[in-house]
Amino acid sequence: MDSEELIRIENLTKAYHVGDITVQALRGVSLSIAKGSFVAIMGPSGSGKSTFMNILGCLDKPTSGSYYLDGVSVGQMERDQLAEIRNRKIGFVFQQFNLLARTSALENVELPLLYSGGDQRNHRERAMKALAAVGLADRADHHPSQLSGGQQQRVAIARSLINDPQLILADEPTGALDSRTSIEIMAIFQRLNREQGINIVLVTHEPDIAQYAQRNIHFKDGRVVSDERVAERRQADRELSEMAVEETVA
Amino acid sequence: MNKVIQSMKIAFRALRVNKLRSALTMLGIIIGVGAVIAMVAVGSGATARIQQQIASIGSNVIIVLSGSINTGGIRMGTGNAQTLTEDDGKAIANECPAVQATAPSSRGGAQVVYGNNNWGTQILGTTPDYLTIRDIGIQSGQSFTGSDVDAATKVAMLGKTVIDNLFNGADPVGQVIRIKGVPFTVVATLVSKGQSPTGQDQDDLIIIPISTAKRKVIGSSKSNAQAVQQIMVQGRDGMTKLAEEQVRGLLRQRHKLQPTQDDDFNVRNMEEVFAAQESSAQVMSILLASIASVSLIVGGIGIMNIMLVSVTERTKEIGLRQAVGAKTKDILAQFLVEAVTLSVLGGVIGIALGITASLLISYFAEWSTLVSPGAIVLAFLFSALVGVFFGYYPARKAAFMDPIEALRYE
Repeated sequence: MDSEELIRIENLTKAYHVGDITVQALRGVSLSIAKGSFVAIMGPSGSGKSTFMNILGCLDKPTSGSYYLDGVSVGQMERDQLAEIRNRKIGFVFQQFNLLARTSALENVELPLLYSGGDQRNHRERAMKALAAVGLADRADHHPSQLSGGQQQRVAIARSLINDPQLILADEPTGALDSRTSIEIMAIFQRLNREQGINIVLVTHEPDIAQYAQRNIHFKDGRVVSDERVAERRQADRELSEMAVEETVA
Repeated sequence: MNKVIQSMKIAFRALRVNKLRSALTMLGIIIGVGAVIAMVAVGSGATARIQQQIASIGSNVIIVLSGSINTGGIRMGTGNAQTLTEDDGKAIANECPAVQATAPSSRGGAQVVYGNNNWGTQILGTTPDYLTIRDIGIQSGQSFTGSDVDAATKVAMLGKTVIDNLFNGADPVGQVIRIKGVPFTVVATLVSKGQSPTGQDQDDLIIIPISTAKRKVIGSSKSNAQAVQQIMVQGRDGMTKLAEEQVRGLLRQRHKLQPTQDDDFNVRNMEEVFAAQESSAQVMSILLASIASVSLIVGGIGIMNIMLVSVTERTKEIGLRQAVGAKTKDILAQFLVEAVTLSVLGGVIGIALGITASLLISYFAEWSTLVSPGAIVLAFLFSALVGVFFGYYPARKAAFMDPIEALRYE
């Protein structure tokens, strides 16, 4: 296997049994994702992209086919082994943020460390660092209800970063945010990808959000229908500074 | 260890979020544990009281009473026949190896006068050994002696009730009282013994030498000047049963009874009498405790119910925890700790409530109660066990949720 590959998927299928009916959610998907890449996965609902993301996130097991994450076959691991992979290698960012209510931002960020074992002493320190990385160091004590949507999503990103993951899976991360905030979130992802080499896999149905990625993969009917490089990649940082200039002018 | 503390932190936070619900859930356990503690306290209080009363009789005590009279078809109560004598007492002490000491005694009621006060009480004529056998202590002064008995001295030892009614707080020792008009010098006061197992006031008595009692106070039968109403016998430790047989054998022989004849005396082994009472008190306390335990189980079901609700409510949280790496055992521990925290916290409050309740019971109902440390430890462990038992199913349900469905749950 190529050591530059983070993800290698071969002939992946997934079937669900709903009563007597078998639903083929994935019908043989093969692809590989190189280390340090930023990929957007698109497709209409029912296309199998969610199922694909669940398998990619080690939340679900494929019916057949193989899945190598960083050279390790994780496709048929047991429940608790998968939990450990998720804890150490993968960060999740959800559309609805999924922060624990009535819990400070700092404690939300610390959450994955609770299940990591090992040294418990530097938790606070690491969580503060992750919050600082998303620009929320001054909101550490705030509860989710005291934060805006964009801030909540940044806390969620900090949480996904806490264990220095190789892969961040973002499921419609801008779906609940306005366009300006969406760009801010994409700026964070692009920076993490560029500066720390963290792989980002983004699920979105908004084509313009997908433009921030390097590569767009389209799903339909459980298959990959197109897989292409983004010709003119959008740069969130630059867009934000341009907006700032416009505001100053106005 | 760190994991446990973490789980407890999470549990406390979750319980704080729903304060009222947590409190109501705990209430079941609080009432259950409180009831168990209070009921066991009432039960063991009764048992302890019986034991104390047995101890007040004196240890290894056998009472020999003279038999009943049957004259012309009228049967009198035991103690009326004059079959027992002071010599019987001496013979028992000398000839029965299992017997430690004996004391003959006769009782009679009399009016006692001191100064302007008078009081009707029991006069007990006996020998100094009586105090040892019955385990009666001297509060102040000195007991009369064997020579006082021989010389029929007019000396008296007073029980607390008599002192309270005659002396108005003055020191009775050295004072002279009149029993049926006869002056007696008070030589000692007795340590209070409280109620007898049958509810009689054991402090309402005056002890005088048996010789004096017969001559001056109670009087004696013309037909048998030697006769006494009863003989207190103290068996040697662990030989009470044997002593009882030896006493019976010796008395039958001394009274020249044929094998076909009934005893003309009664032997009562007090230990046996009260052992029966004690065991019935124990049965009662077990019964009370088991009824109370039912409410503890009901409380446990309450915990299970709330934990199930809580697991459903927090499905999304569970999904998130699973996504960020919580293993089956982490989720299981989290909810189990929560259930156990509820039940143990309820248990601790319940223990406090139970102790308070038993104090109130003994105060208002004037029952003696005894909160034993054993019952507290047991109630505590049992409440923790209830938490584990009733918390396990909901916790397991949470731990084995499908993370995808849990995350999708709204």
